[in-house]
Amino acid sequence: MDSSELRRIANRIRRRDLQAVFEAGAGHIGGEMSVTDLLTALYFHTMSVDPDAPLDPHRDRLVLSKGHTALALYITLAEKGFIAKDDISSFLKHNSALNGHPNRVKVPGVETNTGPLGHGLPIGVGMAKAAQLNGDTWRTFVITGDGEMQEGSNWEAIMAAAQFKLDNLTLIIDHNRLQQGARLADTNNVAPLAPKLAAFGWAVEEIDGHDMDQICRALSPETITQGQPKCIVAHTNKGQGISFMSDNVAWHHKVPSEEQYKQAMAELEEAAQ
Amino acid sequence: MNTPYKNAKLHDCRDAFTATLEALAGQNSDIVAVCNDSVGSSKLGNFREQFPERLINVGIAEQNMVGVGAGLANGGKIPFVCAAAPFLTGRALEQIKADVAYSQTNVKLVGISSGMAYGELGPTHHSIEDFAWIRALPNVPVIAPADRAETAAAIRWAAQYEGGCFLRLSRVGVPDLLPDDHVFELGKANMLRDGHDVTLIANGVLTHRAMIAAALLEARGISARVLNMASVRPIDEAAIIDAAHATGAIVTCEEHTIFGGLGSAVAEVVVDHAPVPMTRLGVPGVFAHTASANTLLDDFGMAPDAIAQSAEALIGRKG
Ligand SMILES: Cc1ncc(C[n+]2csc(CCOP(=O)(O)OP(=O)(O)O)c2C)c(N)n1
Ligand SMILES: [Mg+2]
Repeated sequence: MDSSELRRIANRIRRRDLQAVFEAGAGHIGGEMSVTDLLTALYFHTMSVDPDAPLDPHRDRLVLSKGHTALALYITLAEKGFIAKDDISSFLKHNSALNGHPNRVKVPGVETNTGPLGHGLPIGVGMAKAAQLNGDTWRTFVITGDGEMQEGSNWEAIMAAAQFKLDNLTLIIDHNRLQQGARLADTNNVAPLAPKLAAFGWAVEEIDGHDMDQICRALSPETITQGQPKCIVAHTNKGQGISFMSDNVAWHHKVPSEEQYKQAMAELEEAAQ
Repeated sequence: MNTPYKNAKLHDCRDAFTATLEALAGQNSDIVAVCNDSVGSSKLGNFREQFPERLINVGIAEQNMVGVGAGLANGGKIPFVCAAAPFLTGRALEQIKADVAYSQTNVKLVGISSGMAYGELGPTHHSIEDFAWIRALPNVPVIAPADRAETAAAIRWAAQYEGGCFLRLSRVGVPDLLPDDHVFELGKANMLRDGHDVTLIANGVLTHRAMIAAALLEARGISARVLNMASVRPIDEAAIIDAAHATGAIVTCEEHTIFGGLGSAVAEVVVDHAPVPMTRLGVPGVFAHTASANTLLDDFGMAPDAIAQSAEALIGRKG
């Protein structure tokens, strides 16, 4: 699929996400807008997954460790055919399978239940280790938030992955410079991330996390360094695509007013042209 | 919920928590707040304005947060370690065990938005195991206030108490139940209503539901005692034994799994000292489905009406 088509899908996911947050009156819209291009590239360019066989042992695995942006994953899974597009309107409703954090027991395509930050990468290491032991070729991808990288568990996993030479593991850090309450720089600044990962023995690449060509290239198997896990530091914007949300910490989990909703939708529709 | 409190104003107890903490911090410069990127959800914005250097935000790192709290206590500070209850207790449980309970450090653990306050965000964000986890540890009193007066009283108590403790706060609105000048006493229940047919024991956001249930029972000619039992450990054995003798049946109500929480703690006393029939209401050992906090309590049989029905059924089992 070419990158203009990928951009069209990403734009559609953003619009559906905005609508669902507005209708449900909840969601983590900032981090959803920042991760959308990464999810789109993974599901529609890079990963080998089959909605009709969600548990195929040879599928590629994606762990959305920043589970608070579940809605973006749900919509991507719906676009891909894992769940019905109509299901999205049940987001957060009574008895819905789609709660605020992804649940593998209820939602086909979800690999593991996330929500508490700092869980995805250790699980990703285990997945990649299993593939290595089996001699399988499937790949494991983990997406973390940048604030999430403050959790020590990530660094334990980073050391293990390097030690185990897991070149079938790719960590993508959604580096939008913002966490829940403030900028990382004003909280606990883990940046710059790339030299830290490199010092821990990973192959590291920095990209513009909203440039489809760059994302796809960084995810492609040709860019893997043998014997080293790979980290993609994806420079993104929280609230990407919506001017008044972009790079604005207020929009971690704020819900747009009707007027803001209309403006945001108009901006996304214009970008779709 | 249909109710005597129908028109009562509901309050988010976090406001009472932070107002009290700010007042205490103004009087005692050793009081500090420690949090995990939770300035907003712990309502510490005002505290930060007033005492910028005494707000210690370690970032998203709960194990570090509790360890830092223990170190601050070692250095003579009085740390109030504030975080969403599931991450404070679940993520940092070993730090709580080794660095707070076992080392006997003066760390005040404040679990915010506990129980199922996070509703639709789902079970990862629910904290319905924390009574069981923390109650199993020596040296850490476990306290779940029912309203804003009791929250303020418990914070004042914690600040002067020499030792660690766990305060379990919600964000779900509750009406006023206790007088403004309420004084919290560790290990003491408050009888909010006397009665002779059955006793309802509750804490946290369940206390006012139990009060409504008692009113519903009264309308059906059943006299229910209501004990507000904020202190889960140590627990008020005398009040439980007296309730067993006086009413012969006990219903516990908690925003917690029925395995290991308030109901279990009460049952331990009942079996040892005054066996009577009991019903333990709570989350029946499952991960919750998707719903708001109050809807989940209703769905798990803790609507006031359902509590009243459970009490009536239990009375039928009395010897
Ligand atoms: C263990 C844990 N601590 C705290 C939280 C609460 N929380 C949810 S999202 C968030 C901020 C995450 O920031 P970041 O990782 O940068 O994500 P993004 O900017 O992509 O939304 C926090 C603190 C949590 N979900 N899990
Ligand atoms: Mg971020």
